[in-house]
Order: sequence, then C-alpha cells, then structure tokens
Amino acid sequence: MWWAQLLNNVVALLDSGVPASTTAYESIATVTVGAGGSSSIAFTSIPSTYKHLQVRWLARGAASAGSDVISLAVNGDSGANYSFHRLYGDGSSVTANGYASQTYIIGGDMPAATAGANMFAGGVMDILDYANTSKYKTTRLLDGRDQNGSGFIWFNSGLWQNTNAVTSLTFTAQNGNYAQYTQFALYGVKG
Amino acid sequence: MASTYTPIATQTLASDAASVTFSSIPSTYTDLVLIANTRINQSGSSEIYCAPNGVTTANKGFTYLLGNGTSASSGRASNDSYIRIGNGAGTSTASGTFATSVVNFMNYANTTTYKTILSRGSDATNAVEAIVGLFPSTSAISSITIVGNGLVNILTGSTFTLYGIKAA
Repeated sequence: MWWAQLLNNVVALLDSGVPASTTAYESIATVTVGAGGSSSIAFTSIPSTYKHLQVRWLARGAASAGSDVISLAVNGDSGANYSFHRLYGDGSSVTANGYASQTYIIGGDMPAATAGANMFAGGVMDILDYANTSKYKTTRLLDGRDQNGSGFIWFNSGLWQNTNAVTSLTFTAQNGNYAQYTQFALYGVKG
Repeated sequence: MASTYTPIATQTLASDAASVTFSSIPSTYTDLVLIANTRINQSGSSEIYCAPNGVTTANKGFTYLLGNGTSASSGRASNDSYIRIGNGAGTSTASGTFATSVVNFMNYANTTTYKTILSRGSDATNAVEAIVGLFPSTSAISSITIVGNGLVNILTGSTFTLYGIKAA
C-alpha cells in the first residue's frame, strides 16, 4: 500500500539521520530583466520570518562601457549610512580597500555593453541576521566575472548602520541599465 | 514559499579515479552548487578543475585570488581546456587531509548566456582561494566532469555532492 511505503521511507530517512525534507532554504522572489533593460532591481516586502537572506545573481550592464558597478541600498535608504571593504584580484595583482560613509554597499561589478557578447558576472551575497532590530546589518559577497583574458574576482563586506529590520533591497546599475537576461534571485535561510 | 537547495547526487570514491562526472543533470533548477571534499595524487599544486558538458576545447577562462599564508596573489588562465574550481589536498599533506571546494554554477540551464562559475577553495594546509570561471557556451550544462591538476588521480575517500537551487 502507498501509505505503508511512504511510512517506511520516512522511517528510513529518520534512521539514517537525514532530514525527511530540506526546508531551511526557500526561494522568496526572482527578477529577470527583459529586453528593455532596467536600471534597478528591487525586492520589497521581504518577510521577517527567516534568519538570513541570500541573493544570487547573473548580471550584465547595458551602459556603453566595458563594465558597470552594482550597488545595494537597504530599505530605500539613500543616506551616507553604509560602509564596505573589498579584496579583489584582477588576474595579476591584489587590491584591498575600504570606504566609510557611503550611500550604498558595493555589489561587485559586471561586464557591460562593450564587453564580449553573452558574458555575465556571477554573485552570491548573504545578508546576515537581517530581521534583528538591535544590530547594524552586515553583508558578505563573492562576485566575479571572467572574460577569457580579463576579469575580476571580489570578496566584499558591507555594513548598513541601522537597526531596523531589512524589508527591501535595491540593486542598482550605477551607470545605466541592467542588460536583458540579468537575473537576481532572493532566498531565505531559516534559523 | 518553496523549499529548495535540493541534493541531486553524491559520489564517494571507493578507489582512486581519473575523474568524477555528474551526468544527466536536470535543467529544472536555477543554480547548481557542488561541494567537493578532495585529495589528489599530486605533491605540488593540488587544484581541481572541471569541464562542463565534457567539453575540453581550449576556450575557457578563469581568474583567481589566492592567499597562501604568506602573501596574496591573483592569476588567470585563458583559452584553457578546464576551469579551475578549487583545491584538493595533495600528497605532501598528512594522510587523511582533504580540501573543500564550494562551486556555484550560476543560471546553468539557460540557453542565452555564457556560464559563469564562482568558487571558493579551502586547503587548510596550503592555501585559500576564490575563483571565477567562464564556460563560453550558451548550451545548458547537463554534465560536469571534475579532474585533478595535471589529470592525476583523485584519491579514495574524496566526496562530491551536487545540489540544485530553484528560484521562484
């Protein structure tokens, strides 16, 4: 009988120490840029029911340049309430720097219109303990683009000096639009 | 909300192997994450590499950022046959030492963009690194072959788990 088989499967999973289902990581929302492009990508009304957030992207800029920069604003805050540090490699040298009192958290960079066709940057950003109302919010990022002869790989950390729960995230292409097929996906990680 | 980050397949080497391949990867996820815990038969540089879809044409690139306990460096390969994706502990390390790599295949199933691969490699006895790789193909990735530096064997006990993440 189907229910006996199901019960046996559940018992087997519990006996093996493997959870019967993986429910700690959930997809919240996804934005894919259409043919007209978009200057920013926003996730709003983010529920406070998770412990951490993760944003994963594949991004390209439409500005008439070889690359463009991704910036993050939290809860629509455009004040100088952010800081960030970067450690990155360009294929020959390593650079580390930091910036205080910024109006955004830097989100790495991405190829733009004059870069080779079909090349996109990848990024994975974690926003830690985002719903806590007694802490400033910290982000960490791994971002990179390789263009078969050029490119960058980035480690970034960011700080938003505000104790409010994070309810919206806006990723802006600083010098133009995001190109078609750019995709940002927001996930929640349970505690 | 839909739960995701789903295990697709796991391989544990019961004997040394020249390569490890995940094949027939479903196209139903948005990203893939490969977690590898590896040791390879190489006393020197002990990185691991991949060939998406088994393609070993010399058209791939990667850029890395590496710290070895003394200094930080960055390097690159272009028109390479494989993409570097992390570290495997080499035979100069104590027996039982394995290195960990976490590899993100971003939007791997789309058929309009080249594929970008983001990795973190952690070999506690030698180095830590971050890598971005380019697979210049608009084909969906349906298989991943992992090899050791210099195509040496990957050693017994190495484990590889492939996960799928599906966006809403």
